[in-house]
Amino acid sequence: MLDIQKIRADFPILNREVNGRPLVYFDNAATSQKPQQVIDKIVEYYTLYNANIHRGVHALSQEATDLFEASREKVRAFFNIPQTKQVIFTSGNTHSINAVASGAHVFVQKGDEVIVSAVEHHSNIVPWQMLCERVGATLKVIPVLDNGELDMKTYEELLNDKTAFVVVNHVSNALGVTNPVEEIIKGAHKHGAMTLIDGAQSCGHMKLDMQAINADFYTMAGHKMCGPTGIGILYGTEKALNALPPYQGGGEMIDQVTFEHTTYAGLPHKFEAGTPNIAGGIALGAAVDYLNDVGMDHIAAYEHELLVYGTQQLKTIEGLKIFGDVLNKAAVISFNVTTLHPYDIGTIVDKLGIAVRTGHHCAQPVMERYEVPGTVRASFAFYNTKEEIDIMVQALQRAVSMLS
Amino acid sequence: MASIQEIQNDIVDEFAMFDDWMDRYEYMIDLGKSVPVIDDQYKTDENIIKGCQSKVWVHADLDEDKVKFSADSDAIITKGIIAILIRAWSGQKPADIIAADTAFIDQIGLKEHLSPTRANGLVSMIKQLKMYAVAYQSQLS
Repeated sequence: MLDIQKIRADFPILNREVNGRPLVYFDNAATSQKPQQVIDKIVEYYTLYNANIHRGVHALSQEATDLFEASREKVRAFFNIPQTKQVIFTSGNTHSINAVASGAHVFVQKGDEVIVSAVEHHSNIVPWQMLCERVGATLKVIPVLDNGELDMKTYEELLNDKTAFVVVNHVSNALGVTNPVEEIIKGAHKHGAMTLIDGAQSCGHMKLDMQAINADFYTMAGHKMCGPTGIGILYGTEKALNALPPYQGGGEMIDQVTFEHTTYAGLPHKFEAGTPNIAGGIALGAAVDYLNDVGMDHIAAYEHELLVYGTQQLKTIEGLKIFGDVLNKAAVISFNVTTLHPYDIGTIVDKLGIAVRTGHHCAQPVMERYEVPGTVRASFAFYNTKEEIDIMVQALQRAVSMLS
Repeated sequence: MASIQEIQNDIVDEFAMFDDWMDRYEYMIDLGKSVPVIDDQYKTDENIIKGCQSKVWVHADLDEDKVKFSADSDAIITKGIIAILIRAWSGQKPADIIAADTAFIDQIGLKEHLSPTRANGLVSMIKQLKMYAVAYQSQLS
């Protein structure tokens, strides 16, 4: 069992008030809050170790490099990645996806097909559309069923020998539903296609084993797993990362440079041109330590408990409809109440101190699919409580009575 | 007809009667019900104000030398906000609308809606109404 009060004490922001009321933070799918340990690490880095890494011979540069690389090793172990060089630090999940998509012409040729799902975030649609336009490939879409699960039968039918890349999110940000990524990857690999899984919503909420999942590429956002913003992860198999050309040129990513020709550095540096987010990388290591201390199994179990409780309680509100009403999902509940606009609801509950997300969640095709202008999305983390869910439900009831 | 400043002062006085935000919001929602509703033919994608999480349509006609606004929104609070602007500015001369200051929004306790990051797009609404006024001003001169 988790000692939630002890955990909450580690997150200073949870003590603040919003509009004169204690903050209830239910926008964890957008970004997670940071424990003091992570915040302290950022301050400690700039106070004691700030130096550019990987190049200086001086002591400070060595110390900063060691800390940065120790973080890479923590991330490797956390996701059961075979080798540390398969952990590429990026500026975020979107950057990770773009780093792959921009070089994916080595995997996708003219006339090929790229498959995405109907529940993707714009950041996992647009880079692939750009790729398809560039190389003359076609984008195909796995439809979503009424309950928010992917239509796997149609997926099987979409797969063929022209399929060159399959990209889906592990957990949909708009609905929270967990997609059967292992099955999706197996299907893609049968046809010789590459795979990328967008893990923005899974990282930090469930135990992830890169070797078991067996994707060619997997992307994560540091700030959604208690780390700072501006640091993301790109994982790839060694083979896939070696085949992928570098995304950006610059310092750090080279082996030899002459005006005639440049040879690139090996992994992971090939993809880390320029000075990286050193403080962010080091603080991400502290976030991984923190999640390990709490325990990912405990986190996943407790967040599921919040999901079940939240779903039950929300359903007591008359006219409330949940999109993605299955229990095989992350602790994300996307809903509307009768025909009330999600923006109206979000505005009123914000005045009551509750942070939920409203709108299309950067997933307009999902909203079109369900024919709604948007939804209200409450997303929980392991530092949230059932009492906070009760406060939200009361606030929603007030909002509904004001707006009806 | 009262001037923009006079109407804005009236609105500020009305909102000052309420002690808490809930009453102010309820009043705003009520005001939304009285907005001159836009004719269906003008409820087009072109007339949607960009920058709002909800849909807001605005139309403007020139009636002799005065601008008449009509609007609608699919969100109740947004409709209330546009109703406040229209109450103050509709039926006024283009030049007066262009010159109108928007500090009264702050004074009625809706300051948070003026933030550019705010998804309701109040800033965009103000801009759009003023652009109509600019367009009609050039027609008149």
